Amino acid sequence: MAEMTLPKMSVPAPSSGAAGTAGDALIEISRLSLFYGAAKALKDINLTIRERVVTAFIGPSGCGKSTLLRCLNRMNDLIDGVRIEGGIHIGGHDINAPDVDVIELRKRVGMVFQKSNPFPKSIYDNVAYGLRLQGLKSGSDLDAAVEASLRGAALWDEVKDRLHGSALGLSGGQQQRLCIARAIAVKPEIILMDEPASALDPIATSRIEDLILELKKDFTIVIVTHNMQQAARVSDHTAFFYIGELVEFGPTTKIFTSPAQKRTEDYVTGRFG
Amino acid sequence: MDLGELKHQLLTMASLAEAAVNEAVRALVERDYDLAMRVHENDRLIDQLEIDIDDAAIHLLAKAPLAGDLRFVTVAMRISQNLERVGDEATKIAKRARDLSQEPPVKIHVDFARLTRLALDSLKAALDAFVNRDPAAARAVIPRDREVDALNREINNALVDFMIAHPDTIRRCMSLTVVSKSLERIADHAKNMAEDVVYLCEAQDIRHSGHGKNPVPVAPAG
Repeated sequence: MAEMTLPKMSVPAPSSGAAGTAGDALIEISRLSLFYGAAKALKDINLTIRERVVTAFIGPSGCGKSTLLRCLNRMNDLIDGVRIEGGIHIGGHDINAPDVDVIELRKRVGMVFQKSNPFPKSIYDNVAYGLRLQGLKSGSDLDAAVEASLRGAALWDEVKDRLHGSALGLSGGQQQRLCIARAIAVKPEIILMDEPASALDPIATSRIEDLILELKKDFTIVIVTHNMQQAARVSDHTAFFYIGELVEFGPTTKIFTSPAQKRTEDYVTGRFG
Repeated sequence: MDLGELKHQLLTMASLAEAAVNEAVRALVERDYDLAMRVHENDRLIDQLEIDIDDAAIHLLAKAPLAGDLRFVTVAMRISQNLERVGDEATKIAKRARDLSQEPPVKIHVDFARLTRLALDSLKAALDAFVNRDPAAARAVIPRDREVDALNREINNALVDFMIAHPDTIRRCMSLTVVSKSLERIADHAKNMAEDVVYLCEAQDIRHSGHGKNPVPVAPAG
């Protein structure tokens, strides 16, 4: 695994003025190609992701949707042999510039994975971990921040009486919401979700989907999903990928009721994939 | 039932509805009592198909179809409802044909033949557009409805004038106004189905608001 020792320069914080309007361009992906060694996994992707909307990436296995998701917080840096061409700008700044602090980037662009990965610590300490790294000391401020995050992840009522119990004692759905609480505690702008509900039962899945609809009021969310009905339920925009190419991108209602491209039509109607 | 079977059921229903209108009009023109009775009895087959198609459509919707498949299932439900009404209008014509066949013919010169041709042509054109997934052919059906409406009004006015002049024909002329109205309604249902075909092919809802002059490209439904 490569070690990152980049010089420190933060990704600039959002302006302290009024928050951007839902729908403003936030992430600009320009002519992005990605290579695993000699193999070209992403082919000349051009895509704009807008602020405080939910954007879904769909497509058959191996199409590159998770690879593209990992580009947005440079998680692909951790894979040997990965090379990219083209650019990704968040808030107008190139995230692949040599002077970017990747740790800071990953605070601003949080991630939730298919398999929930709570730390083997208490529920409280899972959420507090990132806050403590930021310098927030134990006390009422930390307690309040932990509570706010757990409330934001729709988990507070279920865990408020056992905050110091082990996170590993939670159900699968609760663990995933804890991971979301942990991600939002450090106030990211963007939350990336890689099939966040695929390991959960239908009721837990429904709670995660309800949570996504709440979270988008404050965060920009990009979600990879195999479940097209899920994409139809939670997302505002949908991007369809096929063998490394972006085939079609548009409002979710259009992609799922009247796509322009035949490959999209064939995929969403189950004729392949 | 899968999508292919749903389409087959719909085509069967369309075929029965079209035949019912043709036979009802023939029963009227030829004063054929038995044919009129057969049209009336066969309407239950069309009614049953509407129930079967709606039931199948609901089951298919539960599987969450998308894109062209979703549009097809929703349009199938609308078309089956329109075809059931066409069947009912054919039955109304058949009942009047049955009654009129038992009485002396009314000697009035109104262009029922043209009204019948316009209504039947519109119905056939709408159904062909559905079978062939041809939105241009479907759009061509829509303006014809104005001509049918105008002709129905003309026939009604002529029948009213005739009844005033010949009160002994009132009962028979009233039956003919019902037939004229039924043919006008059949053309209306053809227009509705044509609008549904445009939605199926182009994902454009052109009901009520004109003819959607700027179709947007959508992938062909499977």
